[in-house]
Amino acid sequence: MTTPAYPTTWRRPPQIVKDRRWRVALQIGIAVYLVLAIGTVEVNWSRVYEGLERGQRFIMGFLQPDFTSRWKDIGKGLSESLTMTLTSTVIGVIISVPIGIGAARNLAPRGVYYFCRGIIAVSRSLQEIIIAIFLVAMFGFGPFAGFLTLSFATIGFIAKLLADDIEEIDPTQVEAIRATGGSWGQLVNYAVQPQVMPRLIGLSLYRLDINFRESAVIGIVGAGGIGATLNTAIDRYEYDSAGAILLIIIGLVMVAEYGSSYLRKFLQ
Amino acid sequence: MLTLEGLSKTYKTGETALSDVTLEVPKGQIMGLIGPSGAGKSTLIRCINRLVEPTSGKVMLGDLDLVRLGKRDLRRQRRRIGMIFQEYSLVERLTVMENVLSGRLGYVPFWRSFLRKFPGADIQRAYQLLDRVGLIDHADKRADALSGGQRQRVGIARALAQDPELLLVDEPTASLDPKTSRQIMRLLTEICAERGLPAIVNIHDVPLAQQFMQRIVGLRAGRVVFDGPPGELTEAALTTIYGEEDWNAMRQGDEEQAEAEADARARIAALA
Repeated sequence: MTTPAYPTTWRRPPQIVKDRRWRVALQIGIAVYLVLAIGTVEVNWSRVYEGLERGQRFIMGFLQPDFTSRWKDIGKGLSESLTMTLTSTVIGVIISVPIGIGAARNLAPRGVYYFCRGIIAVSRSLQEIIIAIFLVAMFGFGPFAGFLTLSFATIGFIAKLLADDIEEIDPTQVEAIRATGGSWGQLVNYAVQPQVMPRLIGLSLYRLDINFRESAVIGIVGAGGIGATLNTAIDRYEYDSAGAILLIIIGLVMVAEYGSSYLRKFLQ
Repeated sequence: MLTLEGLSKTYKTGETALSDVTLEVPKGQIMGLIGPSGAGKSTLIRCINRLVEPTSGKVMLGDLDLVRLGKRDLRRQRRRIGMIFQEYSLVERLTVMENVLSGRLGYVPFWRSFLRKFPGADIQRAYQLLDRVGLIDHADKRADALSGGQRQRVGIARALAQDPELLLVDEPTASLDPKTSRQIMRLLTEICAERGLPAIVNIHDVPLAQQFMQRIVGLRAGRVVFDGPPGELTEAALTTIYGEEDWNAMRQGDEEQAEAEADARARIAALA
């Protein structure tokens, strides 16, 4: 009996660029570009050396945080931030749901789809800080501008992920509800909502903790909250107070992180 | 009574799924639709309630041509046609009761369905149907907690909740084991007989079709190539529908399976 001459080695065929010469050329090209690009970054080493000292003071302040001397400001900033976070998340999610449904190709007619995707694209392409600067200029310093900024950013985030999730639902369940003679609203309520609800709740909780972190960032450009307090502290070179504020932010983000992951597990 | 006249469907890809199908399903008749994969069985039953839009032809339910209806009228008429699916197509995260009540969606306004405040008669009927399919104790469970056979029973109860005049059944047993398949087919045929309900059943399994159907229509490449009682489904007829194959061997295999099942049942009975 003769065994047929099957090969004993096998290599995974290249998936993207089939030609070996092109592959090598591409790899070399990327490496050369990377070296050149790094070469163009200018570093002022004497300035870095000076900055190290300031950084050290900052870190020392961090290690000896001072919660008490600016506690009033910190408390006010915190409560502003938390209010801003919660209200903007709730309002943002409420507005996101219809936009998300409109931006799902399998549910919305073409015109509505492009309109809603447009809103999402605008919201996502403008970074929070840019919107915050714009809204602070419009509505003045304070948490109202922050609230609007975060609501706007929430819409882009939740509506996009919700729409993507709706586009991936099991179509047979939708077909079954359509076959009963249900209306479009009933279809969304019975066939779509049960499939995407756990994820929508998960995303909303995730957005809640993103919004809290962002509230600290946009405060720096004047949109109120703990960020404004942090900015003031740094401007006054009160690194010990700034350290205290950062520790509080880290603590709250951790609480939000664990809390939301626990809740999400519970919801599944 | 359902009448299809010259029903054709060509998909956008240019693929012809149905060409010139003319059929009549009288009241109370259970018709099996057999044919190889891609013969157009699924397309045919979906053209009837227009989950797939037919390219041309008529679908007459009573005196009404369903093909010419506008959106709103179509929804109204879909209530008259119950549909049962291959993968059950229950909404997994809803309770069994909600799934059965979803058969009433075409009859109730949005706010009632949204608040789950269905009329008392609907709820009573849903319980009655769940009792009929043997699942009354499972009403509050989530659909994804049920086994395949139980899910298909919920699917049947949902279709019946519509109070339909016609049942469309798409491969009801394709995801079930042989024994459960027979139970489901028996339940379906019993229910149709009780209500004088006509049904079109897509079915892969030829012996199962022969056992339970009153009439069999064979589809090949979108055309009707056989139409007659199960007794007339000879080897020659099967060859026209499916092409060459050793049909006797398949039948023998099925007999063996039936014997094995009978044996297993006897053993379980002996244990009890």
